[in-house]
Amino acid sequence: MTDTVVATPDPAERAPPDGALTLAGRSIGDLIYRGLTTVFAVAIPVLLAFITFEVVAAAWPALRQFGFGFLTSSTWDAVRGQFGAAPMIYGTVVSSILALILAAPLALGVAIFLSEFSPRWLRQPLSFLVDLLAAIPSVVYGLWGMFVLLPILRESVMPFLRDTLGLGRTPFFSGPAYGNSMLAAAVILAIMILPYISAVSREVLMAVPRSQREAALAMGATKWEMIRDAVIPYARSGILGGVILGLGRALGETMAVTMLIGNRHEISPSLFAPGYTLASVIANEFAEATTVLHTSALMACGAVLLVVTLVVNAIARWLVWSVAREPKS
Amino acid sequence: MISRARPPVPRRRSVARRRATNVVMIALMALAAVFATLPLILLLIHLLREGASSIDLAFFTQMPKPVGETGGGMANAIVGTLILVSIAASIGLPVGMGAGLYLAEQRGARLATSVRFLSDVLNGMPSIVMGIFAWHFLVRPVGHFSALAGGVALGAMMIPLVTRATEEMVRTVPTALREAALALGYPRWRTSVAIVLRTALPGIVTAALVAIARIAGETAPLLFTAFGNHFWSTSIDQPIASLPHQIYTYAKSPYDDWHRLAWAGALVLIALVLVISLLARFVTRSKHGGVGD
Repeated sequence: MTDTVVATPDPAERAPPDGALTLAGRSIGDLIYRGLTTVFAVAIPVLLAFITFEVVAAAWPALRQFGFGFLTSSTWDAVRGQFGAAPMIYGTVVSSILALILAAPLALGVAIFLSEFSPRWLRQPLSFLVDLLAAIPSVVYGLWGMFVLLPILRESVMPFLRDTLGLGRTPFFSGPAYGNSMLAAAVILAIMILPYISAVSREVLMAVPRSQREAALAMGATKWEMIRDAVIPYARSGILGGVILGLGRALGETMAVTMLIGNRHEISPSLFAPGYTLASVIANEFAEATTVLHTSALMACGAVLLVVTLVVNAIARWLVWSVAREPKS
Repeated sequence: MISRARPPVPRRRSVARRRATNVVMIALMALAAVFATLPLILLLIHLLREGASSIDLAFFTQMPKPVGETGGGMANAIVGTLILVSIAASIGLPVGMGAGLYLAEQRGARLATSVRFLSDVLNGMPSIVMGIFAWHFLVRPVGHFSALAGGVALGAMMIPLVTRATEEMVRTVPTALREAALALGYPRWRTSVAIVLRTALPGIVTAALVAIARIAGETAPLLFTAFGNHFWSTSIDQPIASLPHQIYTYAKSPYDDWHRLAWAGALVLIALVLVISLLARFVTRSKHGGVGD
């Protein structure tokens, strides 16, 4: 596919039209145009490098002072100038993974429904609704979470999990149900990342060749068996890429999480307990950080987040591409 | 590609049981679709119920009132959001479109491949990190918050969105059209600008609108760049209020009256985002035969 375009004959380059300004046999306009678009294209890697540099520079005082211990210490004491990001790293990882566990099966279900089962008339409006889920601003999710989701969790879901199901005996669902908690953050994150996972999965499922489906059906498979045995295995790494992309979103999500997670620097095994994430500590404490070290420690949280999301996204993109690049028959 | 699939139907199961499984799974998928859209519907209903009653002309024309006084509006935040989005668009659109054109036209080049990859990586960068970048770059050196810093943070977020969308739109322009123009003696740059870009324009406008809708609702990058402002300000050198940031401030506050304003602000913000998104769909539909879908 790429070859055809690269080989497009370029008569303008060899024989510029009469009267056009030329330089070394090339039209000046072409040189300017080519140069300009190249500059804009190069601006993207430069911007990425510049952002990374600025964030690391902002984090430098804290990174230099605490070194590797910044990642492992769980002391966060602005008065004594001791900062460790372990509770935030824990909170970020746990809330995001939990969100993935909640969102991924649902998102995959929606994607399969849309690409395989949905009646034609329903497909457009339903995918519009799911896409709309991604268009709602984070702060609006936070607002809704504070005034609608938290009461539901506090009064129905948490007592149900803890007492009715008896999960309160495990350390994961014990303790008082305030509402503001790791669980609340995970639920709102799940809602927010669902459209991303489902959009990528849908695209990948649509890219599975017809012949795969028809071969399965021809051998007598039911529709579900066709999906399980022919479609999903073909699309596997692309779906995985979509899920990891969703993970990247969840890790960096700020506003809704800040408004729901409870903002406490503690590692607690209970999902009912408040926690903190790397992004929410920056959003929540920036205004009250008075010392250079405190501000810099917050920026260091940002730097950790940056590195983690860069790696996660690079892996996800690579996985999605590896499917998209396979020849479609 | 050789399929990694197991051959279907390897197990000995009764046809009735397999059919039953089939029906159950289809029902489960449909249920997943219902569950996925449920929060959206709940959210929109609640938003309309809580927000609609507080929206009147004063909401758009008046300034916020101090705690205790009812009424007042968010005029400064609405104007602030428009200013921030304008700054962001004036950075994000030209860079994104230029880079997108490059990617579409130099499809196979090694530079294009890495730019494409890095632009996707940039797209996945958390918005709060953009805020840190703009803060360290534009706020810390001058010592005060500014609308410019907020706009730059949003603009940086916009670049990868516009880049990839432009590339996709330009790619849908048939090669024959390009070749026809070149055969007529058009220089390359005029072919690109007058033929390719013009053909792809509705799609690119759509992409631009989608990107704008996306950044208009961002709060995290503004927390320590644009910072928010309780007073009227349109200077790009000064802190500026914005709709999403104001919603955050009001939502966190303990006052019922401010909560009411937060809902009203959220409704206006969603309406803004929706109108832009629908506008985007309309532009694509009317002129472009659904290429944008």
